[in-house]
Amino acid sequence: MKAKDQPKCPECDGDLTMPEDVVDGEIVTCPDCGTDFEVSLKEGGGIELKPAEVEGEDWGE
Amino acid sequence: MASIGLIYDRIRWEEKALINASKKAGLELKSTDAKRVQVNPLEGAAVLEEAFGGTVIQRCISYFRGLHMTAILEAAGLSVINGFQTALTCGNKLFTTLALVKAGVPTPKTLVAFTPETALRSLDAVGYPAVMKPVVGSWGRLVALVRDRESAQALVEAREEIRNALLQIYYVQEFVQRPPRDIRAVVVGGEVIAASYRHPPPGDWRTNVARGGASKPCPVTPGLEELAVKASEAVGGGVVAVDCMEGPDGFLVHEVNGTVEFRGLASTTEVDIARRILDYALEVAKR
Repeated sequence: MKAKDQPKCPECDGDLTMPEDVVDGEIVTCPDCGTDFEVSLKEGGGIELKPAEVEGEDWGE
Repeated sequence: MASIGLIYDRIRWEEKALINASKKAGLELKSTDAKRVQVNPLEGAAVLEEAFGGTVIQRCISYFRGLHMTAILEAAGLSVINGFQTALTCGNKLFTTLALVKAGVPTPKTLVAFTPETALRSLDAVGYPAVMKPVVGSWGRLVALVRDRESAQALVEAREEIRNALLQIYYVQEFVQRPPRDIRAVVVGGEVIAASYRHPPPGDWRTNVARGGASKPCPVTPGLEELAVKASEAVGGGVVAVDCMEGPDGFLVHEVNGTVEFRGLASTTEVDIARRILDYALEVAKR
């Protein structure tokens, strides 16, 4: 992924860094404001960011 | 050959490891985000298999979401890893205890109570310090080391205030004198593939890696192997993590996890855990 494809944080406009091998559903955290986003990979290569689910009481192993 | 599927609701390190391992192996892994689908349980196996894969690795981070998904797919005749019985048993500490006791696997002494009064009586009976855990819960949440009657009372009161039916089932255990660590052994299809010691982070007694616990290499001794395999069988088999303590009289299994988080363990071993899980899924698919 090229640098120009790196999206901005919808919350604070900080620069988000996508891992090179990012997969659909992965969580990225804004380094500036700490908000978690779930990555949704669009057909054709676009990226959509959704607010990540908040930890539930039944989460984890 | 039936296709292999992965159901998730969050891509953790482990899900990414599974996806990457499948790519490396040239295996098509049908990945589905459980949050994005609606399922009709009345649809036959063929439709569900087309959507999710014939053999499905169910890895939802939400226990109840995953359990219900497993129920639907298994009822339709699909193979799910883990199966419903394993998922249900591992997701509930009391059900796990019952399964371990039935199979003769050593486990800490446990009392169960259903009211604040009997919970306190149970804690008194076990003696202080005692351990109290929610029957359903993970990452060590609300797992409490109860040092005296006063803290027991406060804890029981706090749990009552939360007004959650499951938190009003009181699962009380003896505090086992153990070195400041426990052991996690991962069992895949009846075989122990790796084990690690888990050390608690500073200022905590819980060893959960999700709470900052540190994993260190641990040899799989014949005794540990036998215990872990037996514990895995007791809960219904599949892919599980058997957590045990080194008690004064030998190992005691305190938990068996059905949706294994293996990032910590992976840092201590050369074994490709994700690959081994995929291989097991392929083996199940052949049956």
